[in-house]
Amino acid sequence: MRQPLLALLAKEPAHGYELKLALEQTFGQAYPSPNIGQIYVTLKRLEQDGLVRSEDVEQTTRPNKRVYELTPAGREALRAWVGEPSDGPRVRDEFFIKLILAPMAGLADRMELMNSQRRHYLGIMRNLIELQADTDPADTTGRLLIEGAVLHLQADLDWLERCQEELV
Amino acid sequence: MSRSAPKGLPSSPARSSEVPARRGQGGSSPQASTALLRTSKLVKVYRAEGVTVEAVRGVDIELAIGEFVAIMGPSGSGKSTLLHVLGGLEPATSGEIWLRGQRVDRLSMAAWAVLRRQHIGFVFQFFNLLSNMTVADNVELPALLAGATPRQARKRREELLTELGIADRAGAAPARLSGGEQQRVALARALANEPSLLLADEPTGNLDSSNTRDVLRLLRRAHAGGQSILMVTHDARVASLADRVINLFDGMVADDAKIVPIPRTMNGVGNVLELRG
Repeated sequence: MRQPLLALLAKEPAHGYELKLALEQTFGQAYPSPNIGQIYVTLKRLEQDGLVRSEDVEQTTRPNKRVYELTPAGREALRAWVGEPSDGPRVRDEFFIKLILAPMAGLADRMELMNSQRRHYLGIMRNLIELQADTDPADTTGRLLIEGAVLHLQADLDWLERCQEELV
Repeated sequence: MSRSAPKGLPSSPARSSEVPARRGQGGSSPQASTALLRTSKLVKVYRAEGVTVEAVRGVDIELAIGEFVAIMGPSGSGKSTLLHVLGGLEPATSGEIWLRGQRVDRLSMAAWAVLRRQHIGFVFQFFNLLSNMTVADNVELPALLAGATPRQARKRREELLTELGIADRAGAAPARLSGGEQQRVALARALANEPSLLLADEPTGNLDSSNTRDVLRLLRRAHAGGQSILMVTHDARVASLADRVINLFDGMVADDAKIVPIPRTMNGVGNVLELRG
């Protein structure tokens, strides 16, 4: 949540609720709707770290609002974040660790673990396919996010098949 | 025993959750007589030059009328062999196959051909259209072979091609069509005789993602219209639309379970697309 907020503030100063709306507008329904409380907490931490600063802006008919803007240190942190390569596919996989360790500890059968994991993946896939069908074709950001999730899931299932071939 | 075959695809796709509830987790059942397709201890062994390969080793599966079941599993797990045996393209070595309450595993190849014409539609990964015939002729042929009049066959072909969005390609040779269009023609041909059962072997295996989406949509509509489907696939997008997924491993059923969508609020996209930080 930190970097997206910094990125939005790099464009222009804004208050918390405006940032929530901007996130929703940018990423569409495929993105989990940001929690306003989480946004305020994150902004406070960013301020403590010196990456943003804020001031109260008086409003005549409503309570004052706190408007945030990026500091030079914030801009530098954002630049560094954009410039560094992002993580590749995860190497440590929680399911894989279960798959390896649980049978050793006599806790589960590998085939059962793989079956229940496959069912879970297929359930998520069904959701994604339905979400894809409900997504406005003009919503490019949303469509690409869903397609990315679909491809990752397909890869997880293919890998599960490889585990099945090698471990059972 | 008869069923009311869908006259075509419904114009508005229904969610598979709206399809009537059906019996749960595969296996044998006291109400087995309501099954469209059922196997018991099905075995397929290939023998060639002293080498024996047990491709299918004692499979019990069941498909209810109107049900869509996907078969997944690693390469070499016997998926395609199973589908071919169920469609009578290859004889079973032992065990039983029951289709529409009739035992069919002992039928001659000629009797199988008649059965397929009347009750089974096939879709393959590589379309298998007849290259020296037009799209229209490819789709009309099964109906003509089954004894329909040319007028009936033409009417059905026009309906299907219109529903599948390729009516304007009726006069074209299959080779002039894109892969996605060819697979739609293959689907039209498979559905031409209003088969009791549609068997599909990796129908999206050779398609890009936008053509896969089209075929997915068509299968979903056919299923919503009551079409029973048994499909072998690696593609989780397609499999996730099924009512049930059977996992085949080493020629045997390793898993047979309904697909239960995870509530979106609980997981869905939120978790899949979770932001870091």
